[in-house]
Amino acid sequence: MGYPYSHDLEVGTLLSRHFGNEKARTLEGWKELGGYATLPKALEMDPDAITEVVKNSGLRGRGGAGFPTGVKWSFMPKEPSGAHYLCCNADESEPGAFKDREILRWVPHLLIEGCLIAARAIRAEHVYIYVRGEFFPFSAILRDAVVEAYEDGYVGQNILGSGWNCDVTVHLGAGAYIAGEETGLMSSLMGGRAEPWIKPPFPAQSGAFGRPTTVNNVETLAAVPMILAEGADWYRQWGTEKSPGTKLWCCSGHLERPGTYELPLGVNLRDVIYEVCGGAPDGKKIKAVIPGGSSTAMLTAEELDCSGCYEGMAEAGSALGTASPIVMNEDTNIVQAMRRIAQFYAHESCGQCVQCREGTSWTAKILHRIEEGDGTVEDIDTLYHLCEQMTGRTICPLADSVVFPLLSSLDKFRDEYDALIKR
Amino acid sequence: MSDAANHITLTIDGVEVSVEAGTTLLQAAEHAGVVVPHYCYHPGIPSRPAQCRMCLVEIEGQPKLQPSCVFPAGDGMVVHTTSETAETARKSVIEFLLLNHPLDCPICDAAGQCMLQDYAFETGQLRSRYAEAKLVLGRDRVADDILYFGDRCIVCTRCVRFMEDLAGDNALVVAQRGHKAYIDTFPGKDLDHAFRGNIVDVCPVGALVHEDFVFKARAWDMDSSPGICPGCSTGCNVEINVKENQIVRTKPRLNPDVNSYWMCDHGRRILVMANRGVRAEAPMIRQGGELEPASWNEALSWVAEKLSDSSGVAVVSAGASNEALFYTRALLDRLGIQGGTFQVEQGEEVTLTGFPRLKLRADRAPNVRGAELHDFRLSEELPEVSDGATLVVLGDALSGAAADYGANAGFFLYIGSHLVPAARNATAILPAATVPETEGTFVNYEGRVQRFHRALRSPGVARPSWMFLSRLLEHLGGPSGVREIGDAFAVMATDTAGMHGLTWSGLGLRGELLSEAGQPAVAAE
Repeated sequence: MGYPYSHDLEVGTLLSRHFGNEKARTLEGWKELGGYATLPKALEMDPDAITEVVKNSGLRGRGGAGFPTGVKWSFMPKEPSGAHYLCCNADESEPGAFKDREILRWVPHLLIEGCLIAARAIRAEHVYIYVRGEFFPFSAILRDAVVEAYEDGYVGQNILGSGWNCDVTVHLGAGAYIAGEETGLMSSLMGGRAEPWIKPPFPAQSGAFGRPTTVNNVETLAAVPMILAEGADWYRQWGTEKSPGTKLWCCSGHLERPGTYELPLGVNLRDVIYEVCGGAPDGKKIKAVIPGGSSTAMLTAEELDCSGCYEGMAEAGSALGTASPIVMNEDTNIVQAMRRIAQFYAHESCGQCVQCREGTSWTAKILHRIEEGDGTVEDIDTLYHLCEQMTGRTICPLADSVVFPLLSSLDKFRDEYDALIKR
Repeated sequence: MSDAANHITLTIDGVEVSVEAGTTLLQAAEHAGVVVPHYCYHPGIPSRPAQCRMCLVEIEGQPKLQPSCVFPAGDGMVVHTTSETAETARKSVIEFLLLNHPLDCPICDAAGQCMLQDYAFETGQLRSRYAEAKLVLGRDRVADDILYFGDRCIVCTRCVRFMEDLAGDNALVVAQRGHKAYIDTFPGKDLDHAFRGNIVDVCPVGALVHEDFVFKARAWDMDSSPGICPGCSTGCNVEINVKENQIVRTKPRLNPDVNSYWMCDHGRRILVMANRGVRAEAPMIRQGGELEPASWNEALSWVAEKLSDSSGVAVVSAGASNEALFYTRALLDRLGIQGGTFQVEQGEEVTLTGFPRLKLRADRAPNVRGAELHDFRLSEELPEVSDGATLVVLGDALSGAAADYGANAGFFLYIGSHLVPAARNATAILPAATVPETEGTFVNYEGRVQRFHRALRSPGVARPSWMFLSRLLEHLGGPSGVREIGDAFAVMATDTAGMHGLTWSGLGLRGELLSEAGQPAVAAE
């Protein structure tokens, strides 16, 4: 069954196979569908052997940065001197992304199994699943699943008689974009404001509660059980050499069939937009696409012919991010869209770094003025200057997140800005 | 510790400098004589969020600018703090900070001592590109005695982190976020910690101001002298700010061995209070039953003539300097009076948990150890004065004494700065300068001899006690009186166990510990 649409290009057999199937939510139903089959195997394996399989599979972080997951795990101390933690990042705060919530609400046990295997690999005995504050219904489903898993001995003390203990805690955030950044997430988890901290110390040295911690995205962890079950080579049949596997694509905006699709990495972005999603409705032309969630550089309709993978999108001058193309048709006012994005980041800046705290709101105000027809030619220079000073100057990349779409919109759609600026 | 293996050599702005491994670039730059501008970093606050981004420097081989307050110095590193990229970034931070910052320097108490003003002046941007309306946050009160000017705040969080890291009391928080962020008390909590005043000192701009100082003095109108806080036996090193011969503010002065960068609020208040009350401005001698003013020469010869060897008692103050106590002891010796007592007000002890050697100590006097060193002993009661005996009082207000205390004495010599009620029974009053009006030393709880400097002029002809007491001794046939504090200290150091070898200039601004001879048999703490 397609969920809610399907297409020939869609793999649909891995992460999203059971999307839309209510049976998958319950432990009983999930086991009938073949769930929790990999955990016993993981319990018999050496932690480092699990890491090795994941390393070989080439699985890369699905939260946006694309860091190789197995490599990240290998940073954790091999001989624990105390508690290790695994944090599952279910904050999904990037505008345009709506993939993790689908995993939470349709296949929560897949995530739990992935968490347990990852915890085993990094020698953690406590998993925190940090769920975005607004995800009330999804976190309730996940919480029910965790309770069931505790009851049946998949989570908790002496898991499946192996003698290994691992707890899973579902933690609901308080609603802040920056809680999706790994150090911001841990600050929030520890009861503080979701404020990123400067690295070093890296999480694998001193993370949550001052202990070695690994933070992984929901989609990353959900891919782990199948990789361990079927092997690294099996996973590599999809995707590219540098970006193996499949990816949940969140397609939104002016599209005939918007939605979450599981597609192999390396899929052509043009195909995703025109073939899978049917292009813009009402025969309109597409003007621009922000391919990886709102924090990535805009592409024009002419630039869409590129490989939908980490390296391919970088080559195209943007980023894969969370693979969440936001499509804008020919009627879209780019300045207005950009103002809305800047306003979002100004609202979400945690306020620590000066460039971000002041720069994001200044950017939004200038864009607002231009939009209202009160802009000046100097404003464009100021925006370029802001782009320069907000890039790579701050603790976390939130400020950069405004710069990528802003700079690309200034470069590619300058005529729209000029048209609004009084001569 | 300092073996070569632990040392690394790097180049900062062309200056080669060798530092211990683990030193941050900002500290290493100090060794090279380079000041890297910064706001959120404070050397006394352990947490380093690296959030103001003011101290970004360029390191060759690093793609991004790095915050020097946390970035560790590396061997062979080549660092530029004033390269074009670093300068532009710093200039940009200033521009960002000034976007919503009010232009109220003319009425801001920090003006002249403001890091934002200084750097803004240095980078010299005359016009703002900011065409939007400034955010207005207004003024608020974060504690009973501390005001918060939200518009001026640059959210460096030094105040929040002082409370968290040093005071161990999370009473302050950042409220809201992004450009709307401001400092507030945690909901339901009061900022009433005994060391809260330090948040005003750490504020790099004029956002936090003591209410009793607000609009009172401009930075350039004040004189500043190094002093020692008389509030308790810790002896915090302080800076006394004076305007028109009035103490308007007391701030902590760095002494890593005593108080680091901090002091308590009790101490801040106590010096400002020191000049209140009715002062003794001229010597007074009792003639025809009445106390009449007299010149110093007249008074000293009169007292010398009337004072005679007799039995007697003495009351001194643990707030008097060692020099005053030493010459009082010398006078008592000359008169054949043994012993002598002092009282000490007791209060609650409060520790600054992040720097635990700093406490507001229970003994609320600065020189308890000094008084003991000169053979005075603590007593909760005033000594009884037998009829016709001599009574010598130095600096004690004799509070709680009966109205006729000392009236039966053969000679009641009152040496003090204030005309306290009990002094009305005195045979002679010798007007003393207060501690901030003179120089001298205290011995703190751990036996550290510390110098304080003169901050104020004395009213009338009040003089330092050690000075006129040495002259009185001269009148009584002793050696010639001393006029310089260094000479008084030298005489005292020669004659006092534990002080041998100490010199006035050698004490400097950090003080020195008494030698073992000056330490009590059982350590005080």
